[in-house]
Amino acid sequence: MCFPALFSMASAFSSPPSLCVSLSCSERSSRDRHKPHSRDSSSRSDKNVTISATSVQPQQPDQSSAPTDAQDDNWGETTTAVTGTSDHSLSQEDLAGFGKDTEGPVEKLNCIRFLPLALTLLLGLLVLVTPLSFLILPQLMWPERLQTCGTACEGLFLSLAFKLLILLLAGWALFMRPTRASLPRIAVFRALLGLLTLLLLLSYWLFFGVRILDSQDDNYQGIVQFAVSLVDALLFIHYLAVVLLEIRHLQPCFSLCVVRSTDGETHHYNMGQLSIQRAALVILEHYYKDFTVHNPALLTAAKSRAAKHLAGLKVYNVDGAGSDAATAQSRAKMAAAARQRDTSHNELYYEEAEHDRRVRKRKARLVVAVEEAFTHVRRLQDEEKKKPPGDEMDPREAAQAIFPSMARALQKYLRTTRQQHCHSMDSIQAHLAFCITNNMTPKAFLESYLTAGPTLQYGRESSQTRHWTLVSEASVTSPLRNGSEFQLKSSDFSLVVTSKTIPHLKLSEEYVHPKSHKFVLQLQSETSV
Amino acid sequence: MSFIPGQPVTAVVQRIEILKLRDGDNLILGFSIGGGIDQDPSQNPFSEDKADKGIYVTRVSEGGPAEVAGLRVGDKIMQVNGWDMTMVTHDQARKRLTKKKEDVVRLLISRKSLEEVVRQSMMQR
Repeated sequence: MCFPALFSMASAFSSPPSLCVSLSCSERSSRDRHKPHSRDSSSRSDKNVTISATSVQPQQPDQSSAPTDAQDDNWGETTTAVTGTSDHSLSQEDLAGFGKDTEGPVEKLNCIRFLPLALTLLLGLLVLVTPLSFLILPQLMWPERLQTCGTACEGLFLSLAFKLLILLLAGWALFMRPTRASLPRIAVFRALLGLLTLLLLLSYWLFFGVRILDSQDDNYQGIVQFAVSLVDALLFIHYLAVVLLEIRHLQPCFSLCVVRSTDGETHHYNMGQLSIQRAALVILEHYYKDFTVHNPALLTAAKSRAAKHLAGLKVYNVDGAGSDAATAQSRAKMAAAARQRDTSHNELYYEEAEHDRRVRKRKARLVVAVEEAFTHVRRLQDEEKKKPPGDEMDPREAAQAIFPSMARALQKYLRTTRQQHCHSMDSIQAHLAFCITNNMTPKAFLESYLTAGPTLQYGRESSQTRHWTLVSEASVTSPLRNGSEFQLKSSDFSLVVTSKTIPHLKLSEEYVHPKSHKFVLQLQSETSV
Repeated sequence: MSFIPGQPVTAVVQRIEILKLRDGDNLILGFSIGGGIDQDPSQNPFSEDKADKGIYVTRVSEGGPAEVAGLRVGDKIMQVNGWDMTMVTHDQARKRLTKKKEDVVRLLISRKSLEEVVRQSMMQR
């Protein structure tokens, strides 16, 4: 009873859910990482030097391309494969992963994913059983010597019951939530809390075993108080869990700038003190909501221009293959390109102007077509429903009926803006039915095609991007700091994240008396005398 | 023409005597004044020091008594018939100039060019 609860300990449900995931991840890191079903962010801290083929993709400019092919006269025609990250190329790992896509790893995956939940449940069971066993064991083992339970003792039973109920509910609320992601390393706070709980339970059991079971203490009220104190301590651990896991990172102190590497789309987010992996998780959640969907078709123009820059130059090594052939060639190419009188900016300007004009024209045609199509459909009023006019349709059929009149215009528009792969015929018709059902205007229907929406809107087509790789120089369980940088790599692109602390603000006060607002008129009059 | 608060004002002044012209029931002097301690001194185009709240001559009507007497646009009126005009409101200045009982007003006016002339003549000496 005189157990000094030095640490305020909370509920025992705080098992580390990602503890085992990280262990398995370290196994998995040696295997393939290409899991289309799970959203993983496996860490690649460069201290471990696990370099897969994806990270070797050259982010540097094209200068260091294929130096060994200098002797091959045809290499100029094949430079397109070298320009930066090509969207549709597959890394070695992806190729390797194709074979074992859905079979073996998936089953093991399921088992491992449930392991943290199992640990949590186990710890929870232990928490539930311990105080009850403290109460029951004396009754079983030496019932005759035990003092009868008076009113105070029975009152303690009541409080114990309620506290246990509250603990169970609180534990369920905080820890029994479906895990939304698997993190590469263990979540430090959860692990600590789990350890703390175990430590608490162990020490209580030790005390119980030594001082109560061995000596067969007959003061039952004291034993009940001991059990109640355990539940109190567990409630405090739960409080600690709430503060550490939920509340501590609510106060924003970092501003993170997230830039998509392919098209430069940037967003800023404020977040509190988090470890790098948790910050990455928060950023990814915001990514699916804020960033427009990644459209690789829009980037081909830049790539073709880049290819043209280089394709015009061929380097011949006249003096035979030297050791520094690569750097010499790249420097020669750069110098030649700089000297070349380049008129590609002109082409870019006119091309873009032409493209804008074309898009606007198609958009005008599309808007007119859609508006006309919508006029053909009218909602059936209530009084008309009694005497049906004949062919009444449900929304899906109505959508199918009016779709052909606008299909061509819509298709041409999507082709011009290179969005045709984002929208399938079914999705368009479903959206049309949805708009008709909800009495939307043609403009509302068109809005989702005129502006690119967030990634989450586009369904499961881009399921490859559910798997993310966290690349960071610092350890991913270390907290965010000012100036920390990391990358979140997906199959097509990566998000580069930099953090800055929010400055310390000093707010000072200036008191203004309500009656201090007085004014005079300033006149400039001129009087003639 | 700037002044130091608390010290007597020293300036080079010219004495101008204007005979009021009788026009019906009114006595007119033939010029307009601007300025005063209740006015905005920063709007004054004639003053050197834009905090100078003195009375300035803003307009002199052609052929009027003031022009004949030698008053010029931009002059600062320091005294009128012995009454100080450097710290008066606009209305007080007007009243002092348009007293019906007086036919003659003797002004002390100061002008930038006066100071320069005096300085030059002192230098030449």
